[in-house]
Amino acid sequence: MQILSKPNYNFIRWRWYALALSALVIAAGVAVIVSRGGLPLGIDFSGGTIVVVKFDQAVTEQQVRGAVDPIPGEEVVQQYGDPADHEWLVRLAQTDTVEEGASLEEGSQQILDALTKAGLPSYELLSREIVGPVIGADLQRRGLYATLASILAITIYIAFRFRFSFALGAIAATFHDIVVTVAFLVFFGYDLSLNIVAALLTITGYSVNDTIVIFDRVRENLRSMRKDSLEQVVNVSVNQTLSRTIITAGTTFFSVLALYIFGGEVLRGFAFTMLVGIVSGTYSTVFIASAIAIILSQRRRPFSASAQAAGRPEAAARPGRKSRGAKAS
Amino acid sequence: MNKNLRWKIITIVGVIALAVFAFYPPSQKVNLGLDLKGGVHIVMRVQTDDALRIETQTTVERLRETLSRAGVQYASLEVTSPTQFVAEGVQNPQAFRQAAVEVDTVYARSPGAGGRETYTMRPNIATQLREEAVNQALQTIERRVNELGVAEPIVARQGAADQILVQLPGVTDVTRAKEIIRSTALLELKIVEQGPFPSEDAARQAYGNNVPPDLQIVPGSEDIASTGGGTPATVYYVVRRVAPITGRDLRNARTSLDLNNLPAVGFTLNQDGAQRFGQLTEQNINRQLAIILDNRVVSAPVIQGRITDEGQITGSFTQQEASDLSLILRSGALPASMDFLEERTVGPTLGRESIEAGVMASIGGLSLVVLFMLFYYRLTGLNAIVSIIVNLLILLGMMAYLGATMTLPGIAGFILTIGMGVDSNVLIFERIKEELATAKGVRAAVNAGFDRVWWTIVDTHVASLIAAMFLFQFGTGPIRGFATTLTIGLLSNVFTAVFVSRTMFELVLSRRHPQVQTLSI
Repeated sequence: MQILSKPNYNFIRWRWYALALSALVIAAGVAVIVSRGGLPLGIDFSGGTIVVVKFDQAVTEQQVRGAVDPIPGEEVVQQYGDPADHEWLVRLAQTDTVEEGASLEEGSQQILDALTKAGLPSYELLSREIVGPVIGADLQRRGLYATLASILAITIYIAFRFRFSFALGAIAATFHDIVVTVAFLVFFGYDLSLNIVAALLTITGYSVNDTIVIFDRVRENLRSMRKDSLEQVVNVSVNQTLSRTIITAGTTFFSVLALYIFGGEVLRGFAFTMLVGIVSGTYSTVFIASAIAIILSQRRRPFSASAQAAGRPEAAARPGRKSRGAKAS
Repeated sequence: MNKNLRWKIITIVGVIALAVFAFYPPSQKVNLGLDLKGGVHIVMRVQTDDALRIETQTTVERLRETLSRAGVQYASLEVTSPTQFVAEGVQNPQAFRQAAVEVDTVYARSPGAGGRETYTMRPNIATQLREEAVNQALQTIERRVNELGVAEPIVARQGAADQILVQLPGVTDVTRAKEIIRSTALLELKIVEQGPFPSEDAARQAYGNNVPPDLQIVPGSEDIASTGGGTPATVYYVVRRVAPITGRDLRNARTSLDLNNLPAVGFTLNQDGAQRFGQLTEQNINRQLAIILDNRVVSAPVIQGRITDEGQITGSFTQQEASDLSLILRSGALPASMDFLEERTVGPTLGRESIEAGVMASIGGLSLVVLFMLFYYRLTGLNAIVSIIVNLLILLGMMAYLGATMTLPGIAGFILTIGMGVDSNVLIFERIKEELATAKGVRAAVNAGFDRVWWTIVDTHVASLIAAMFLFQFGTGPIRGFATTLTIGLLSNVFTAVFVSRTMFELVLSRRHPQVQTLSI
């Protein structure tokens, strides 16, 4: 069975439109982020308190809100998970005055006391997270560092295994995926949490994964299609790997969709991030990574020269390939 | 079946058997993280300044005694910061330095105008003391956590040098656990010089508003017996700064009952402490002995006679408080106070719900993949399914073998591992299809398919491993669980997608005629 038999789409012709579309999404994302005064950070990074309780009977949002309203500072009240479970989340922002030890837990105690006193049905504490500003700042720094370092390391690896312009194409595609995903997170009102950053890091790996498959094919085709232009080689390669790209993206998308639907509230943000990342990663692999690789290759020197230049390190890097000689002859 | 193929199959069956052996039964062999089991994760900061301040204070007290013995005159001698003390109005600097020579190894001296001598702790000593304080705090907390009777607790240093991580699985009474971990529990036994006074001012006035520097005013509660059932008021005692007996002299502490049959904490002193305590009580019969815990007088009984190695702390304790206090005293004092930086508590209900949700999602994801693979690749899809399931078995086995922790994001890692397995298989199968189209025969097509994608698989896996490595560096508990699962899953996927899957192809093809031209793919 075959989804696409002998696909022959001219992806490369659409590259400027694709770049424009991505630029549009990114610009919209940046605009939303700026208009809301920066990235929406969850308590993992901004510090604060989250208490999740499960009532044994149904309560309304007004009731919960009314109960916690007297607590100084701004409270966020949200239904948590399935409405039938009567689970509610209350979030307190980190106040500037709260810095030292004992006072850190005051907020969560205030929430629980307020809920007890308000005459609501009895409840059970599901989870409580208290993050102080020291840890928040530390996690922010480490999250940013890990994401950037991971992208850099992957770029170096690709530059070593392929050629530098390909590495730049891959890194651009990866940045693209992260920015687009963050833009979607902002559109859909998710706060950045540890889990979401973990998902973003996973996307860096995933996005590059797809890109590598195509680049590998480009490298192979460069040898057999010496008379064709780089555009043609890339286009043929994208088409040859297209069914694989679609099948993999599809199956991964659906497994993560299962996670999104069944995985519970704790992982919802993570699953959502992965879903967007998978779609964006597939799109960027086909349109962005190869387009940028082509643009950069052309700018540097005429193609035929760079193909030969790229051929040499390959021979050293891939000593075990049996099919190489057969293909060249 | 040729010999080569037989060995491959034996290897695969062996690996599967080892993996299953490693994780079976999973309820005992796979570690669950706090987010699945329920429990509390706490990060604290040791206020190492406290430890330095105590060191500086003790030094100043000793120095005072030395100076008065040597008859050196000075106007004042004060601790100005955790690492600094200043003497003012020194009349004979020469004699002062002579007397203070013993502190020179720890403090650097800089003279000032008007008989001023400033002593600052040497930076390397300060660093060393801070380090010691954190280590000591770590050991003390470890002892307390062990006494709490929590299964598989974690107490470790983390991140910045002064942070301590404590994880207590299955603990539900978080407030009590935190109280026990956090209490400084500095026990001091001191003779009451004067008091109790109803207010701090009254205590000061008793000394003409000029309390000698070697004395201090400590708050405490009014004796419960004298209140006649009312709420005890706060009273103030004047005691010496230096404690003759401290918590370090304790040999043991346990709950006991006081004369009124109320819960109390009985303690025994070690040999050295008992000797000093005997001397102290003998010399101070009919005076009050202040039992001070964390700079608050818990009780101040009148010494009736010489006591050597046994004592009792009374106060209005509940049974629980008395048993917690004896636990804390047994495990020793913290060298410094602690700040809470982070706390994450997961209730047992949420943990259970998360496990159910994770299992549901995994089964859902796997079923979708299985159906699709069978539908799209027919019999060859079976090949992929087997290799993905073997991958999951190896992943579970490795996690159990390495003692890695399974977290909720780790379950997500399982699902992504399924995705990764699909990816490699699809890559191979699509290539085989292409090769089949060139009409080289099935066997050649399968071989070429595997050979050609080998380096692609290596490259994609290395890229993902790089991301997983940084994830591990970045993350706290649950995320580390994810990174671990992802890493092991990626590594075993190379084995299953290439070796297991290929062996299955070979097994099927070995039973057919070499010239056969069809493959159910």
